[in-house]
Amino acid sequence: MKRYSAFSLLKNALSYHENWQKVWRNPTPKKDYDVIIVGGGGHGLATAYYLAKVHGITNVAVVEKGYLGGGNTARNTTIIRSNYLWDEAAQLYELSLKLWEGLSQELNYNVMFSQRGVLNLGHNLQDMRDIERRVNANRLNGIDGEVVTPERIKEIAPLINISRNSRYPILGASWQPRGGTARHDAVAWGYARGADALGVDMIQQTEVTGIRRKDGAVVGVETTNGFIGARKVACVTAGSSGLVAAMAGIRLPVESRPLQAMVSEPVKPCLDTVVMSNAVHGYVSQSDKGDLVIGAGVDSYNGYGQRGSFNVIEHTVQAICELFPAFSRVQMNRQWGGIVDTCPDACPIISKTSVDGLYFNCGWGTGGFKATPGSGFVFADTVANDRPHPLAAAFNIDRFNTGALIDEHGAAGVAH
Amino acid sequence: MLLIYCPHCLEHREEEEFSYGGEAHIARPLAPESLTDEEWGDYLFFRKNPRGIHHEMWYHGVGCRRYFNATRNTLTYEILETYVVGTQPQITGADA
Repeated sequence: MKRYSAFSLLKNALSYHENWQKVWRNPTPKKDYDVIIVGGGGHGLATAYYLAKVHGITNVAVVEKGYLGGGNTARNTTIIRSNYLWDEAAQLYELSLKLWEGLSQELNYNVMFSQRGVLNLGHNLQDMRDIERRVNANRLNGIDGEVVTPERIKEIAPLINISRNSRYPILGASWQPRGGTARHDAVAWGYARGADALGVDMIQQTEVTGIRRKDGAVVGVETTNGFIGARKVACVTAGSSGLVAAMAGIRLPVESRPLQAMVSEPVKPCLDTVVMSNAVHGYVSQSDKGDLVIGAGVDSYNGYGQRGSFNVIEHTVQAICELFPAFSRVQMNRQWGGIVDTCPDACPIISKTSVDGLYFNCGWGTGGFKATPGSGFVFADTVANDRPHPLAAAFNIDRFNTGALIDEHGAAGVAH
Repeated sequence: MLLIYCPHCLEHREEEEFSYGGEAHIARPLAPESLTDEEWGDYLFFRKNPRGIHHEMWYHGVGCRRYFNATRNTLTYEILETYVVGTQPQITGADA
């Protein structure tokens, strides 16, 4: 892999940028692999990268039905934070945030990670009590955070409406300065490039149609391009997890729902942080290009159509205009939906399964993007060593039978 | 926006009048105390989540305030039928 640098940019400028090395190869699949990763989104590619980098397992293929990073990785609002309430979740997301902090250097690829801070607003007394509890829990876990007043919020985001006369007045917020945003595509591409350089095969336009088993253990996957053998199969297929699990005769406690997002026309810089509100239910940040990136809630009902309901868009836009009256004149440019697989406790599943050599990393629901590096890191460790990584142990699928749930619903400022 | 036919009100009404109630036809175990952890967890948390025909509960909160069931395609969102609780669907798919 040729490294990117100011020098390489200059050198390639001399040949009109026509001779850049391909970012990854496009190999023909081998007959078998040590590990096959089903799903070439951010989490799958991160898993492949850490398998090769940390565990030295390079005989790995990532099998993707479309193109790399073309599913939910391309469809989210790129918010990164780690201010979760419960210890298990906080530690997992904080590991991820720490990996984000060095990721561009690690991958030699600019993931445009911008620690512009995240505000989670409170609009009533119970919101504020929950925020204080969560910030205290975060600080005990070594995660930065503070409770801020409306006046301080106004300093951070001057366009926000903190009037006491608004329908849902802002009473305060939690503020995590280390949170922020990153460039979603770059994360997938950076991990893919890094993994490819270490020998991982990226097999695109190949859909897994079955998981072949023998004597209770995985032997490979059936694909639209034929059978590929593998000792281990790791499934990281987000909204399609339930369907992939069914191929192996496994049931997952996930339900798939559409989550929408939208961007406005590009405007001049006006918001240099991320603002989220559970009570009025919307979140907004501004991309480097100038678009306002706005997130919505999930549709209330199950669905696999990659689009959402109009009433959800309406509610979200209402919320954003409530918080930022100035945005009422901004036109929306595009709107889209992705399918999220939500667990009953709003926490992911990172787990071995009842089939030997079959692993699942799914159920990230509405907030998987921020966890991309940490998810890949602990999942790679789980797959490589055939036992849960210490931080992944609590996210075992068994918790839905033992009752040891990690109930982040609402607790984490999770905007659903 | 879905237009949902309420089998109690006998009218098509907008989606916002309704709330979603999740998978239908889940029978509460008659003797919960005799179930294993696996069986109880299955009852509480494991749903079919099909890509295609789905039987599900809806609640008409702004209308008759009663539950009913619907058969809906989760890929096209087409509502194929609605029927009152206690009756069986006319339309079933391979995944349902």
